[in-house]
Amino acid sequence: MPSSLLWAVDVYGRVYSLSTAGQQWEHCRDAHLEFKRVTAVQQCCWSIACDHNIYLYVHASEVPIRYQEETYENQRWNPVDGFSDRLLPSDRWQWSDITGLKHQPLGDFQLPSENWEWEADWYIDENFGGEPTEKGGWTYAIDFPATYTKDKKWNSCVRRRRWIRYRRYKAQDTWVKIPSEQTESLPDPFNDITCGGWEITEEPRGCLALWAVSLQGKVRTQFFIQSCRGSVWEEVPVPGEVVQISCGPGDLVWAVLWEGHLLVREGVGRDCLKGSSWVTVESPSPGVGVVHVAVGVNVVWAVTKDHKVWFRRGVNSHNPCGSGWIGMVGEMVMINVGLSDQVWAIGFEDRAVYFRQGVTASELSGKAWKVVSVPRDSERSHSSASASSLQSAGCFFGGEVRLQSQASMLSDADAETERAGGEVVPTPEIGDAPKPRIPKVTSDSFISELVSDREGQISRRDVPPAGPSIPEEDHPEKELEDRASPAQVLSPSQSGGVDPQWSNVDLEEAQTHLTSGPGGDAAETSSLSSVATYNLALEEPYGLDEPPKWAWVSGGGCLVECHTQLNWFNSSTSTALNSSMQAMSLSITPAQTAAWRKQIFEQLSERSKREMENFMHYEQAIEQSVWVKKGTMQWWRDWKPHKWVDVQFALEQFSGVEGNKDGILFIYYTFNDEKKYLHMFINEVTILVPVLNDSKHTFAIYTAERTKQRWPMRLAAATELEMHDWLALLSVSCCDSRGIQGPPSKQAIWSVTCKGDIFVSEPTKELEASPYPTPCAQMFWRQVGGHLRIIESNSLGVVWGIGYDHTAWVHTGGYGGGFFQGLASSTDNIYTQTDVKSVYIYENQRWNPVTGYTNRGLPTDRYMWSNASGLKECTKNNTKPPSPNWTWVSDWTIDYAVPGGTDREGWQYAADFPASYHGNKTLKDFVRRRRWARKCKLTTTGPWQEVPPIPLSDITILPCGPKSTVEQVSLWAISNKGDILCRLDTSQTPGSSWLHVGTDQPFKSISIGAVHQVWAIAKDGSAFYRGSVSAQNPAGDCWYHIPSPTGQKLKQVSVGRTSVYTVDENGNLWYRHGVTPSYPQGSSWEHISNNVRKVSVGPLDQVWVIADKVQGSHSLSCGTVCRRLGVLPMEPKGHSWDYGIGGGWDHITVRGNAMEAPRIVMPSLTDNQTATRPLQTSNQPEMNGNPVGC
Amino acid sequence: MTSLGVEDELNSNASCRHLMNVIMADDKDVLRDVWFGRIPACFTLSPEETTEREAEPYYLLLPRVSYLTLVTDKVKKHFLRVMKTEDVEEMWFEYEGTPLKWHYPIGVLFDLHASNTALPWNVTVHFKNFPERDLLHCSSNSVIEAHFMSCIKEADALKHKSQVINDMQKKDHKQLWMGLQNDKFDQFWAMNRKLMEYPTEEGGFRYIPFRIYQTTSDRPFIQKLFRPVSPEGHTLTLGDLLKELFPAAICAEDEPKRFQVMIHGIEPLLETPIQWLSEHLSHPDNFLHISIIPAPSD
Repeated sequence: MPSSLLWAVDVYGRVYSLSTAGQQWEHCRDAHLEFKRVTAVQQCCWSIACDHNIYLYVHASEVPIRYQEETYENQRWNPVDGFSDRLLPSDRWQWSDITGLKHQPLGDFQLPSENWEWEADWYIDENFGGEPTEKGGWTYAIDFPATYTKDKKWNSCVRRRRWIRYRRYKAQDTWVKIPSEQTESLPDPFNDITCGGWEITEEPRGCLALWAVSLQGKVRTQFFIQSCRGSVWEEVPVPGEVVQISCGPGDLVWAVLWEGHLLVREGVGRDCLKGSSWVTVESPSPGVGVVHVAVGVNVVWAVTKDHKVWFRRGVNSHNPCGSGWIGMVGEMVMINVGLSDQVWAIGFEDRAVYFRQGVTASELSGKAWKVVSVPRDSERSHSSASASSLQSAGCFFGGEVRLQSQASMLSDADAETERAGGEVVPTPEIGDAPKPRIPKVTSDSFISELVSDREGQISRRDVPPAGPSIPEEDHPEKELEDRASPAQVLSPSQSGGVDPQWSNVDLEEAQTHLTSGPGGDAAETSSLSSVATYNLALEEPYGLDEPPKWAWVSGGGCLVECHTQLNWFNSSTSTALNSSMQAMSLSITPAQTAAWRKQIFEQLSERSKREMENFMHYEQAIEQSVWVKKGTMQWWRDWKPHKWVDVQFALEQFSGVEGNKDGILFIYYTFNDEKKYLHMFINEVTILVPVLNDSKHTFAIYTAERTKQRWPMRLAAATELEMHDWLALLSVSCCDSRGIQGPPSKQAIWSVTCKGDIFVSEPTKELEASPYPTPCAQMFWRQVGGHLRIIESNSLGVVWGIGYDHTAWVHTGGYGGGFFQGLASSTDNIYTQTDVKSVYIYENQRWNPVTGYTNRGLPTDRYMWSNASGLKECTKNNTKPPSPNWTWVSDWTIDYAVPGGTDREGWQYAADFPASYHGNKTLKDFVRRRRWARKCKLTTTGPWQEVPPIPLSDITILPCGPKSTVEQVSLWAISNKGDILCRLDTSQTPGSSWLHVGTDQPFKSISIGAVHQVWAIAKDGSAFYRGSVSAQNPAGDCWYHIPSPTGQKLKQVSVGRTSVYTVDENGNLWYRHGVTPSYPQGSSWEHISNNVRKVSVGPLDQVWVIADKVQGSHSLSCGTVCRRLGVLPMEPKGHSWDYGIGGGWDHITVRGNAMEAPRIVMPSLTDNQTATRPLQTSNQPEMNGNPVGC
Repeated sequence: MTSLGVEDELNSNASCRHLMNVIMADDKDVLRDVWFGRIPACFTLSPEETTEREAEPYYLLLPRVSYLTLVTDKVKKHFLRVMKTEDVEEMWFEYEGTPLKWHYPIGVLFDLHASNTALPWNVTVHFKNFPERDLLHCSSNSVIEAHFMSCIKEADALKHKSQVINDMQKKDHKQLWMGLQNDKFDQFWAMNRKLMEYPTEEGGFRYIPFRIYQTTSDRPFIQKLFRPVSPEGHTLTLGDLLKELFPAAICAEDEPKRFQVMIHGIEPLLETPIQWLSEHLSHPDNFLHISIIPAPSD
């Protein structure tokens, strides 16, 4: 899971963030302002500073925030000039928007604010509906407005073309002031702000709702759609004066009234983000008003004036008011609900940040408060803070390069320590002096403002708002004006030219730090850790020994789940423990670990050599005997009478002749009172596949023969645990019999089933031999823990995967995980892996003249709640997650993102079931359906480690030759939003970050070939070739639009050594003709096959696909691994298919297998032998199968 | 993924730390190496025994982790062929005058008495004059089983307050024993891994089950309560253990080495964490058997 941030404001108004991966609060350095409110979401954080302005902090991301501006150039034909910009008076403007109604010449486009910059100049969009126009982007029509076509016809009187220009948001990782539009005569600045609403619509980050409260108690709201700057603040009338407001990720919005009652917003939804009306909810305890409220997806928490904490029962989107209050333990001053309804609070007594432990979907109220006790970074020097924030992806996340250089500039010593540590070994803490630049705000007044002291608020409300009641804000405001650049970009690291004033301050700090000396360090550290002396509190408001006092916390961007390991709760004697933990991590550095471990490994192998090598002819003291494991199971008798039969199941293991282990599997059953058995040799088993079945714990066993027949042996265990035990045992047994152990090799072939299970096969040299390769039905596959949708590899052992939730994972080099425990799994390199996917069901309705659409169908109709095909009844209640490993993490919601579109309620209409559905109702429609989605989540383990932060939808890794010594491996990927990314990894270490490669449209598939040929498929189905990509210029320079095969939308691409293959949406496999080194784009597409879902072309140009409708003697299989036969250097298309494991397979990558086949010298009968020879490794050119003499 | 140099480590970050481990062999291999350790032994009948004809020596590869009396049926059969039944009492073994205690694992006996000697290990077989003072009787394999199981139980008492072993069923106990008896690594470890688990937050077992053997003392072995993690949270090492229980084994930099600290015929570095040793270099009885022998004088 990527690390995420908890934000908090201390009582002095300083903003800190704490990473879920980190162990200390990171001060947001550039915030020399003071803040009183923060509200965070995952991608940004909003705040109200003491100047009452709203500030926004956008986390830097490797994918820039881009916005496409577009305008159209319109021309009309006249006999004199041909096409020219002289239009008819009735025509549109020469430069207009798409409708022609708005005049927009290129020069009129202005950047919305200084926080944006142009990416490049205007250019013409050559792409027209996925096809290149090849005519300067012009599209033709008879007249405005009309249907435009690519081709100029005799009657084309007008033409237009689209110009586009991108602007990108540049003010990242810094607080940016949001200009307030104060139009009223009396200023009424903001007092509270809350951000949420991103789950109201299904598009993950499409919508963001901001609700704010002004000092006068008014509520204003604004909405951000499609990550653009929102419109304007809109006033929402309220029956009273609101003091605080909270909105959740979903449709909950609650506010606190000055009198202590609560307001609940009703009617918030997809179509009405603002909601319709307020409903009042009484305070939980009579006479004691509520001072604070916090809402999540399905929870509401409140704090009353007496600091008691309350939990609201029965809250959900149908009943936003809930049903009753439950008093909770703990005394808090404020409370906040973060992601997955996790709860954060600030204690009344100690002003510490508390985390509510044990909050789960089934137990939303949690179990206990746990104090977050981690040190702040204020003790550290600037440089070390910035360096460690690199580790923790803290508030400087993404600004790596700049900060590092800054660090080294400031103090070499520090940089060295950081490097030597390598891991998150914090350098010894330095208590640097309070910064002279921090304005001396009297803390007390500030606390009193923040701690919702009613008297304070009342008194302040009595005086005119911006009046002298808030004098403490004068200073920071002035400071802001003094220091802030006109662009209001406050970050010293962000603005190109570093403000000298700032760097001076930093240098001073660094020097203080350096001169404090080692002795001082130790003393400081220990005092920090053990004794908490409060003596500095008065003269030294920023005393370090004091535990931080917090005023505000926001967990809206902080993702904590049950398995998340947080290192935040080191008990309250934290520092003692903390330092010892540091000591521990220091005492076992990797280098030392390697030393003692290496010693043991070496000595053990020496010992074995010494004691055994010369004595192997001695008799073994213990004779190997047969070991049998028995159990009961059910077996699918797949001939008459076709049913599950109770069987005895036994695995007999014994040592084979050469000492290798082997086994036989017996299945004993009774039929017609006759005892019978089946058996299977373990060394013939090619794969064990857990089968998706919600009622039984089943798995399938294949041999090469059964793979060919599409006829696996199917077995079901009584419990899941039993099945996993058997699978693990059988798997180990199969591996033993084939002498396979340890991690997969670099050449390994990886595949993924439609269930997300991962399998790996070790290729032999003969696998790609020609003309007689090992049939791929004989490949042995073993399972590896984890859950992925896509996996890609190359022959240097770089393996990446992408989960259903678009999370990117890199293979750690381990094996096992999942249900493989103990010996079938490596000890290290196994991590927790999660995945989230949606389960869909359909609600079907039929129209009748009396009642309109109802859930009363015809007797012949499908179930009114069904699966997509309508054949199976799927109601909200009876639909279970795909397997017991999955748990629901959301409720059923209407899915509007259905192909074909929906109406406002999510319905799709059709003339009858089953038919093609459309999103708007017509007179011919008699049935309708809508799709409901519910998310479920899997938590498992496997040799995978997450690569934050960008979610991906496709990835490709540079394929390398067999003996390649490539230093850096290019990786190209597509983000889940369609952005193209690239990075350079060394074969040992994953690279640091992605480089964004600009495109005009979103993409869905990408592949890089052995000589850096990059091909990509856009979401509209068109193909692109990236020019000039090389090892020296890894990102290339421009895209070439390649026309798709006629009438087809391409779906996926794979590029091998030289071959380029694509698959279209109708399952056709295409080969690119005419690709040569001088003309890498090729000339045309040649159809190779149909029924293909996916293709993987390897570094030997071997072609493997996932194919549908493969016929075996017993059944037809969809999702089958197939390999192209007869692929030779001069015959890259091959001639036929060889069928392997399936069905149910979704993905394969052969891009790791660069093992050339051994050269078989065939008894030569004729000279024409070369045609059938294996791949030639010699440089001798071949022509028409005959060697060409030199 | 080739070797990762130190300079690469400079830019190491959290996401590539795992790759360090890739290069190192997997810890699982240690378990296999330990289990499949074999000592070539040459059994000769003691000249004191009366035989009908001359007895040929008998050569055998002995599993280091097993027990002498458990794996010497063949030896017994071999020598019985040349002996009269009336001359045969309980078989026992001796090496260079020292009776070999069958209830110590074979590897421990070898490390303690015969390391640094030429292989094969020359063991003398006796059928008479059982040294009652030195050895326990071993009438059948069930005696060995009882001894083995009591060791495991004692070890688990130290590691988990007996919680794991008590949660196991009779057949699980049997599986451990059968695994050892039949040299079935997988069978044994399928069960034994449960005994090697511990709560992550505690950083190790409650106490480390270990025994320190020495030739120079009359005490059979040293065994004390020793935790894998110090009260301050430091990981304790083999060196820490020896410092407390056998300081003489730790020599200063400049001193000549006086003792060898042997586990399974190897000398782990003193900075090896004791918890790791306990998990990986324990014998099947779940004890870490440490032999301390005088360093060879050459």
